[in-house]
Amino acid sequence: MRCEWMAKIHFEKRNTTAKWVLFLVPILSIVVGLCFAGIFIVTTGKNPLDVYLLMFEGAFGSAYGLSETVVKAIPLMLTGLGVSLAFRMQLWNIGAEGQLYMGAMGATWLALRFPEWPAYLLLPGMLLLGFLLGGIWGLIPAIPRAFLKVNETITTLLLNYVAILWVDYLVYGPWKDPNGFNFPITAPFSENAILPVLGPSRIHVGLLIAFVATILLFVILRYTKWGFEIRVSGESAVAAQYAGMNYVRNILLVMFISGGLAGIAGMTEVSGITQRLQHGISPGYGYTAIIIAWLARLNPWAIVVVSFVFGGLLVGGYSIQTSGFSAATVAMLQGAILFFVVGGEIFIEHRLRLGGKGGKP
Amino acid sequence: MGTPLVVMRDITKSFPGVRANDQANLVIHKGEIHALLGENGAGKSTLMSILTGLYRPDSGEIRINDQAVELHSPKAAVERGIGMVHQHFKLVKTFTVAENIILGLQTSGEYYHLPLIHNQIREFCQEYGFRIDPAAKVWQLSIGEQQRAEIIKVLFWGAEILILDEPTAVLTPQEATELYKMLRLMADRGKAIIVISHKLNEVLENTDRITVLRGGKSIGTVITKHTTEQELTTMMVGRSVLLDVPVKEQYHGDNILTLKQVSCLGNRGQLAIKQVSLEIAGGEILGIAGVAGNGQSELAELIAGIRSLEGGEKYIDGTNHTDSSVRTLIKAGVSYVPEDRLGTGLVPGLNAVDNFLLKSYQQSSSWFINWRQAVESTQAMIAKFDVKMASLLNPVKMLSGGNLQKLLLAREISADPRLIIAVYPMRGLDVGAMETVRKLLLAQRAAGKGILLISEELDELFALSDRIAVLHEGEVMGIVDPQAATIEAVGMMMAGKRMLKQDAV
Ligand SMILES: Nc1ncnc2c1ncn2[C@@H]1O[C@H](COP(=O)(O)OP(=O)(O)OP(=O)(O)O)[C@@H](O)[C@H]1O
Ligand SMILES: [Mg+2]
Repeated sequence: MRCEWMAKIHFEKRNTTAKWVLFLVPILSIVVGLCFAGIFIVTTGKNPLDVYLLMFEGAFGSAYGLSETVVKAIPLMLTGLGVSLAFRMQLWNIGAEGQLYMGAMGATWLALRFPEWPAYLLLPGMLLLGFLLGGIWGLIPAIPRAFLKVNETITTLLLNYVAILWVDYLVYGPWKDPNGFNFPITAPFSENAILPVLGPSRIHVGLLIAFVATILLFVILRYTKWGFEIRVSGESAVAAQYAGMNYVRNILLVMFISGGLAGIAGMTEVSGITQRLQHGISPGYGYTAIIIAWLARLNPWAIVVVSFVFGGLLVGGYSIQTSGFSAATVAMLQGAILFFVVGGEIFIEHRLRLGGKGGKP
Repeated sequence: MGTPLVVMRDITKSFPGVRANDQANLVIHKGEIHALLGENGAGKSTLMSILTGLYRPDSGEIRINDQAVELHSPKAAVERGIGMVHQHFKLVKTFTVAENIILGLQTSGEYYHLPLIHNQIREFCQEYGFRIDPAAKVWQLSIGEQQRAEIIKVLFWGAEILILDEPTAVLTPQEATELYKMLRLMADRGKAIIVISHKLNEVLENTDRITVLRGGKSIGTVITKHTTEQELTTMMVGRSVLLDVPVKEQYHGDNILTLKQVSCLGNRGQLAIKQVSLEIAGGEILGIAGVAGNGQSELAELIAGIRSLEGGEKYIDGTNHTDSSVRTLIKAGVSYVPEDRLGTGLVPGLNAVDNFLLKSYQQSSSWFINWRQAVESTQAMIAKFDVKMASLLNPVKMLSGGNLQKLLLAREISADPRLIIAVYPMRGLDVGAMETVRKLLLAQRAAGKGILLISEELDELFALSDRIAVLHEGEVMGIVDPQAATIEAVGMMMAGKRMLKQDAV
């Protein structure tokens, strides 16, 4: 009899989801995630609250922390926007990581090949090449998808490894800096190939590029005929064909732009942060982007916000590493928070009902 | 009659902006076939969704076998022996019929042996006089066949209370008769059957009792033997309705559509249309009669450009459009009301404004969409065609079945087309709405448009068409004048008998 209430818990699909639910659920999920991860922190003999405070301070508590958070948010925003565009059309592009690497490669090639070009030529050129190479990397799996219905989830994923290994080959081999003490890095970029920073911080012009991309994407999806086609195609491919929309062309175009945005992230990373191409330029931005796009429900503005939160999570993690936590513990912490945030999503679509009666729908 | 099997008392259910059920009552007995009647949007589907645990009522009580029950989920309803075949099917299209049935089975922990299930399905079909291939993929099936799969699926669960939401809307008259025979068999074995329908004659012929809903309220329950069509319509609409078809005047213009020996493939790669030649003149309604699955949908898709031709030529207003894209054909003035409204003709997750724009957004030369104008046009169209919806901005999947159909027709007619391809346009409409659609089609005809009307209702075809072509296995068996031909003659051709030369028009 004691356990009867257990049998009376039900998940029920919500008819409509109130706005406040959309905000409250992720926040509560983060709290639960922190509590859960706290148990593990206690076992290491530390006070979880102290640790979290440290993390928060590290990410948002100082001008330096804040600027680092923004720096991390830039590639997350760009890849998140790219991924979200593909998701709109139900194209499961999980290849943003590889597209980012390809963009970085393209930008680097130009920077190393024409270091003497003036910045106003070189930087836009690098941006364009980053976009182009990332786009091509998105386009390659789109072609079999569009014409032969080959599942893009797997092909985009596999191309990540190709791109990462290709970059590795270049930085370990032909592009390796002869003065680099045998590190897997290219020669440093010339002055002209480096993105200017905003004020006295590491925040570079990539932030503005990301904002422009956000606004463009929002306007395209909301106000243009092409954006309308993408929305329709994502909801129902048959209806898109019925209405005479060019479904195949849209698949190719969307995957190209999706990859291109990730490619731009690669360009801003090499040009703004590392200022050369090197092994492991991304700590998995392209994968985190998938979660960001999803949590933001593919809304461009929400992607901006969520990217900052995730940037903070990264920077906060680094900052407690300096106070005696192993990188593995930090990764686990981040994982636990993610797990609960993603798991909490069920409450957005569903409500919990206790007991037989009661509770308004 | 003993204790009722199901009692729904004072059920109220509101959606944002509408009260779909308003203190509705329904009593169902074992062994009866019970019809649920009402205008489009009266709340029939909602009431049944409550009984199947899909929605929870705001207030009211459900009793099964005199026991108050809480139906939290479809699973809870299935456990109580309640099964429903929905207006819009809930099958996984890439799975086979058998796989869909296994998906629906609620017993867990068992390993299913597919060949065994195939056999069971075949036996089942035989017992109730069905025909279906258990190994066929659902997307390859016609809508009629998909419905059979749905029915089998629910029966397989061993439902004691079987609910069918407008089941005959997608069936041929013969299939409908078979269905009711089967339902009677089940009722005789003690099951309770609830059927939602807009077809009064079918309800009067085949059911035991009838409950009428109007504006979410239950108006009353009558015994079928003791009621009339007039009484039912008065109960449904709240006033009496004329059931006549308006008189039509002859007018013939130049040919709008010409098909010369066209052929095309069906979903399964077979030849679905074989060397068909047809012509439609301006101001003419050409009816296509035939048993479902004899090439009707393929013919419609071929004309609309969705299916490419294997051979032959297609002309619209004298211009060769044999290889034209869908977009070109839309520009040339081809409107198409497809069989599958929700998913093809309308995008379920988008709102009425988006759906209104689905084709017309292409007309402007600008890159941008003028949303304000779109909202205004949508409002005007909805008012003109009397589509009822709570809000323009709700996804259209929330509309009632009849209003969906009205919205689709409204959009296709508003495009001011040259040719209208209407596939089962009356399906799911209430008496009043059917009247409206008939008038709409006749008005389009009077305006000199060409209309291809595909239907399974011979009465409807005879009343509206200027000529009727009969399709059998993708071939035209003959073209008749409805003034001169008999329904029997057309029925023979539908069964595959070619028309004699001297009857031709
Ligand atoms: N999920 C929903 N959200 C919002 N409104 C809804 C929803 N489902 C139904 N409605 C509204 O409730 C009313 C009743 O709809 P319902 O589908 O029950 O009608 P119906 O009697 O089945 O009509 P039809 O004969 O056209 O199928 C309609 O006005 C409809 O728009
Ligand atoms: Mg309905």
